[in-house]
Formats: sequence, C-alpha cells, structure tokens
Amino acid sequence: MTIQFNDETFRDDYTFRNSEWAIRRFPFPFHEDSYMYSVNMERHRGGPEGSVYEKRFDVDEHYISEMRDRAQVLADDPLRCQSLPHMTLAGWDLLELIMVSKSEDYPDLFELHRDGATWRWVNKPLGIDDTFTFMDESSLPYGPMEYITRQTQGDFAVLDQRENNLWMDAGMVTTQADWSLDFDIGMNFFEWHAPVPMAHEMGVFKRALKFLLNVQQGSPARRLNWTMTVNPLLDTSPENYHKWGIQKTMLTPENVGRKQHLRVELQTFFRLPRSNALVFPIRCYLIALEDLVTVPKWGRRLHRVIRDLPEELATYKGFIDNRPMILDYLSQYDDGQTTSPGIWPDLDTEPPLRR
Amino acid sequence: MSTFDFPPSIASRPTYGALAPRAGAAQIMLADAEGAEALLAVAQADPELMHRAHVIYIPKHTGERFTDPLRAAAPDILHIAPSYPACTQRLHRVFSAAPMGAQIYLAGTEGLIGQAMALALQIGIPKSAIQTEHRGSVARRVQCVHCKGITEDVMTDPFQCGHCGLNLFVRDHYSRRLAAFQGVCIDAEDPGNVPPSVELYS
Amino acid sequence: MSAGLEKLPVIVTAKVKLNDLVTRFEFAHASGKALPPFSGGAHTVVEMQDGAKTRLNPYSLMSDPMDPTQYAISVRRDAAGRGGSVFLHDKVQVGDKLMLGMPVNLFALDLTARKHLMIAGGIGITPFVAQIKQLQTTGGAFELHYSARSQALASYADDLRAAHPKRVNLYLDDQNQQIPLERLLSGQPPGTHVYVCGPRGMIDWVLATAERLGWPPEAVHSEEFLAPQSGKPFTVDLAQTGKTITVGEHESLLEAMEREGVDAPYLCRGGACGQCETRVIAHDGTLQHNDHWLEDDERDGSKIMPCVSRFEGSRLVLDR
Repeated sequence: MTIQFNDETFRDDYTFRNSEWAIRRFPFPFHEDSYMYSVNMERHRGGPEGSVYEKRFDVDEHYISEMRDRAQVLADDPLRCQSLPHMTLAGWDLLELIMVSKSEDYPDLFELHRDGATWRWVNKPLGIDDTFTFMDESSLPYGPMEYITRQTQGDFAVLDQRENNLWMDAGMVTTQADWSLDFDIGMNFFEWHAPVPMAHEMGVFKRALKFLLNVQQGSPARRLNWTMTVNPLLDTSPENYHKWGIQKTMLTPENVGRKQHLRVELQTFFRLPRSNALVFPIRCYLIALEDLVTVPKWGRRLHRVIRDLPEELATYKGFIDNRPMILDYLSQYDDGQTTSPGIWPDLDTEPPLRR
Repeated sequence: MSTFDFPPSIASRPTYGALAPRAGAAQIMLADAEGAEALLAVAQADPELMHRAHVIYIPKHTGERFTDPLRAAAPDILHIAPSYPACTQRLHRVFSAAPMGAQIYLAGTEGLIGQAMALALQIGIPKSAIQTEHRGSVARRVQCVHCKGITEDVMTDPFQCGHCGLNLFVRDHYSRRLAAFQGVCIDAEDPGNVPPSVELYS
Repeated sequence: MSAGLEKLPVIVTAKVKLNDLVTRFEFAHASGKALPPFSGGAHTVVEMQDGAKTRLNPYSLMSDPMDPTQYAISVRRDAAGRGGSVFLHDKVQVGDKLMLGMPVNLFALDLTARKHLMIAGGIGITPFVAQIKQLQTTGGAFELHYSARSQALASYADDLRAAHPKRVNLYLDDQNQQIPLERLLSGQPPGTHVYVCGPRGMIDWVLATAERLGWPPEAVHSEEFLAPQSGKPFTVDLAQTGKTITVGEHESLLEAMEREGVDAPYLCRGGACGQCETRVIAHDGTLQHNDHWLEDDERDGSKIMPCVSRFEGSRLVLDR
C-alpha cells in the first residue's frame, strides 16, 4: 500500500494520531495476561504482511513528522547524536544496511544506485537526492551514522564488541525511554543497564548479552519492550525531564484515555559486517489507551498486566503514581473473558466487549 | 581511619580495591589526601617497586602529614601538586609516555580516581592496567543531566546544581567517561517540593 | 541461532598452489551476486560433500573485506588430519560448487587500539592478511611480525613486504631468525593491542611473555582453531531427541549429531566460540575436554563442547 504520511507534532499541541491502519498493526507487547522480564528474543526475518515485523526497518505514517521532531531535538541538543572515534566504520556499515534494506523493501519510496564507491541515495518522502562517495565522510553533510539516522525512525545504539562485552560507543537517541546517550556513551552492557531493577538479580542481562554476542551477520534478532508515557511525547529524555515530568501530573479521569499512551519499543539487533559491531535500533510506537481498547483483546489484557505488575517495575517505568487512574480507566474494558495467546489483535475470533 | 565501606550498589557504580604491587614496564602512582596511605602500603609491600615509581601527590587538607613519609619511601620521582587541575598536563605527559605494560595506581577520593582514570583511558591505557583504592572523603563529582554542568565535592543529597540551580538527587549511575555520577531533578513532578538534604551515606 | 545460519552458495573461481603445503581457493557467489562484506579476522565454515560425508571446516577469510566480488581462503595440507584439507587440495577444482557459512569473527581487531601489533606463525598469517587490508582502507597503524619455516613456506610474505616494506618483518626458522618478542612487547605506546595466530607453542609464548611484562589481558588477542581429535568410538544418549548415537573414531560428537539430523548449534567448530556448549545430564566415565571455552569449574562433568571434546566410558547422556 502507499503510505499516507501524517502532518503532526509530538510536543506542545500534540497533534499526533494513529489511523485505523496504525492501530491494527500496533506492536502490542504482551503475549499473555501478565508480564515479567525475559530475554524474549526471536529471529528478525519478516512477519505477517502489513505488520511492523514485515520489513527490516518499518516505515509508517509518522515517518516525516518523526524526522522533523528529531531534527528539532538535535538543534536543541546536538549531544543526542554522538560517535566515539573508532565507530566511524560501524557508521558506514549502518548507512549501507539501512539504504540497502529500505531501497529493497520500499522501492517506491527509496532508491539506492551504486557505481563502485559512488552512491546515489534518493529519499522521496523527505525530498533528498544525494550523491556521495562511500567511506568518504567529507562527501556527506553529517557523519554516516547521523546522516542515515536523521532519515530513519527509531533510536540507534551502535555497540562495539570487545572483551566479550558490548560497548555503547555511538548512537542517535531522541525518542528514548528516559536514558541519556551523553551520559551512557562508552559504557558496557551491564553498566548502561545498571539502573534497571530486578533484572540483574534474575540473570536476565547475562543471558541477553550471551545471546547478543552471538548474533551473526545475516541473522538479525528482535524483541519488544514497553513503558507508559503521558502525551505522545517522543523525546522523554532525562535531559528534559525537568520540563516534561510535570505532564505526568496532568492526567485526570476525563483525559486519561486520550493522554495516557502505551509506549512500545521494537528492538532489533543486526551484526554489522565490516566493523563487527552490533546495531541496536530501538523503534518507538505510541498508542493512546482510548485507541488501544478498540481491540477488545488488548483492552482486557493491558488491564490485567498493569494491575499485576510488581511495584518496582511500575516505579521504574515511571507510572506508579498514575497507576490507580489508569486501572480505573482500563477496568471498563476488562469483562473477565479469557484472551487468546499471542500478541495479535485476533479481531475476527476474539469476542466483543460484554458490557 | 581513611577507608569507607560503600554500600552495595548497581553495576555502573565504581568499586574500589586495595592497591597491590604489580610487575610492569613502568610504575605510575597518583593520590590525593589520605590516598597517600594506600601508596605507602604498596611501598611497604614492595620497597623496590616504589624506588622505580613516578608518584604525583596532592596533599589537599592533609598538609605535610604524608609528604615526608612519601619522600622517605624514596620513589624515583615525587611530584607534590597543589591541586588536580594543576597537575593534569603533567599527568597527560606521563601517561602518554607510559609503555604498554605500565601499571597505574590511583588512590584517594572518587573525584580524583575518576578523572585520572578517564584521562588514562582516553590516552589508551587499558582499564585493567589501572588499580584504584578509595581513601578519605566520600564526596562525589556529579553531572547535572539537564545543564551538563559538573559539581565537585557534593556531600549531600539532594543538592542544588552549581550551574543551573535545579535541585538534583544523586543517582548511583556513574559515567567513567565523564568521571561523574548522574544528578536528576528531584521536583520535576512537584515543583518546589524538595526534601531536606541529608549527608551522603547517612 | 543455530545450525540454521544463513549460507552462501559459491563457485570455485581459482585454485592457486603457493608452495608445497598451502593452496589458495577463491570463490565467487554462485549466482553472480555480491558477497557480503566482512571484518578482518573473520572465518567461514566450508561445507564439502565428500561422497556421503559432509565435511565442515573453518578457514580464515583472507581476501579484501571490502571486495564483494570474491572470497579467498588459504588451506594448509594436513596429511595427518581428518581429511578436510586433503579433500580440498586433491578433490576440489575450479568450477566446483560449495556452500560457505556466513562470515563469523572470533578474532576481530579491537578498533579502539591506537596500534595493532600482529604476530603470525606459518599458516596463522591468513587472518592478518584480511586485517591488514581492512586497516589500509580505514587507516589504522599496524606492524606485522611473521615467522615461517623457510622462505618457500612463507606464504604471502613477498606480497606483504612489497606492499608494506616498513611494517612487515619476516623471520625464517631455517635462517635461525626468531621474533624478538621481549623487545617488541617492551616499548609499545599506550593503546597498542597485540594479536597472535599460529601454532599452540607460539600462542603460549606470546601470552606468557605479555603477561610477564604487565600487559593487561584485554590488549592481548589470540586465535587458534583446534581440529577435532580422533579417539575411541563412544555412544551417547540424547535426552531431548530421544536418540542414541555412536561417535566414530575420526568423527566429532558435533558431526555425529549432525549426521543423525540433530539440530546442534555451532559457529567455530574449533572449541573457541561457546556456541555448541551442551549440558551433560549424566555420565559414567571420563569427559575429554579439548576446548578453550569452558571455565575450569565447568569441566566438572556438567558441560561439554561437542565440536572438539570426546568421552570414554560406559554411559553419557546429553541435553540435546
């Protein structure tokens, strides 16, 4: 299908909206009625047609507006995009991976023409048509990682692999769930995950690291992660927390369905061939609760998950104070009926809400 | 007693050991204030090693207390510096000339250890060539995540950022590159509601 | 993340005999497509069909990592080995089709290094050939010290010296020349990393010398592929699949599982990567650990690396 791109904002007046199409394909992260940490990795090799899993780098109706928001964040704070000196080769790897994937997966939107080291990149939605020399930084307006990630939805952490660990040595981070690239750059896998409660004790990160160190070229992996955000605010950075934190206190029983969003990260992992680095794209999808509950299975399940979530996790994910109000709202959409396993909406087979 | 047992914490928070003599192509030691005690312990364990060492020492409030004992330990070179900023150029020069196999010993406050380690790593000295031992003050170096300003010698939590004035609580999350803990606005969700400051680790 | 890794169908485009022991094989993609780029130090597992037997041998890629038109490996003929190298030398010809595993790198350059100090022995030169090509493109400082039995057996020495006369140093056993290791490791600037690939004795010598001179472990890198050892046949019960298989004298446990259609993960097939680590449920006898992967406290009978390790005894039950 041809994508109709929205003209919308993720700040101030928050005109962000999901179309019916975007709601149906939302990556709902709960495969059962409860949630606990796990290393829920699977191969990233496509998925159902139209789903966010189908393409290597999903492009949706929010593309142009998200890229505009990113440019604004970077203008305000250039430290959101950084690359330590040894990561330039990985930046070229990433540029190639994205250009090749997008031009193959969306030939009507993106084109890549390669003649030796002379590459021509056409990005129709953003009106870009650039010719440059592959591996020559001076031929691009930005470094290779910054150039391509200003044109690709989602945050990007580029991880160097050495000493049997992964090091967060480069990244483009403007749509993050409250972590700071500027602070975390240079940290290893355990260090940048240090603030996450409970998971260390459960050995989750040890297992995850072992898995990720073995992600091989041509065999990318993926998982979903989630949190909650008041307003469709992409840039929930610690840098700006003193500005956006107050919005968390503005929920009311009347506006909770519209303002409270489930925030889901589609995390993928690709081995980068020339640098042997690993790229970790973190793609953020937002959905208002009032849109989410239009899928009866999701309304039932989200209520149960939020209700039963351990206190530490609700605190870490930043919605402990608002949980009672969220639950009051969601409880209207949980009629107690059983839900089908798996994350898909199952609209044709799941029963409608019993009032 | 100049040692302190830090409570168990998260994986990004530095932990400190006890300096021990290690064979290597060069011996480089840096300490501030009570950190001298840790260097003297190395000298006692291996006097010969100390005779080959290049020692840089910043007495801070300890005045003359440790300078004579350090001189008596007879390091190859002993440089007494009035402050860390006053000796960073020298330290940069010494680290850059250190061959692979050199051993680095850092002792004293977290701020000193952290900054010298960041400098050494930036020059290319591998992490495990660097030993650290905490002695003396438990004050922290904290970066305000909002304005990026670094405040030295933070002794209370929360505290007011010396640069932008926000009230910050100090997380145990630590950046080796910045040599600083992370300070985050404590009253973002309830402006003006700042709990009273308490001494760190109290 | 297992044996289902992506594979590349290739055609042999050149077979070049370098000397009495070593032959280079060059490959192109069988359908003319570009081959994926890789990083210097990566290896590929070559899949050969030797009659009914499938042989899987890992070799370092030594072509230019940036060149998508060809891959190259250099194979040392190992007459006392289990037959993979001899098969390649004697049976594989230009025009033959083979399957290659996607490149996997267990001996990567540390790109944070300010300088790369490379120490090669014999056929251990191959990963360095690709790494040097990578550094030529990206501009990293390196120095190669290469020891071989004789000028004739010093594969690629002439090419390397012609391309990098100031950076490549050759030492020949028959001229009584030896790498001045102690001196080399004593004056390197901060941020130098040392890499060694060659016979076991050379690796041990470099690791021990570096440790004695105070080099921290993260700056010292080595690669040695172990060939699976032959040994007495033994029988294994596989608990998950319910199969009982017999491992032949010249066959590894991993190969026996693959022969019986058991899905067993692998990457290096040489005891180094940890991918095939398998839990031992029960055993009555002696596990012969030949790998570099398991920690000492894991060699207590709880785990085994089927790519190189064997068993002698009456009963072995594995979690596969």
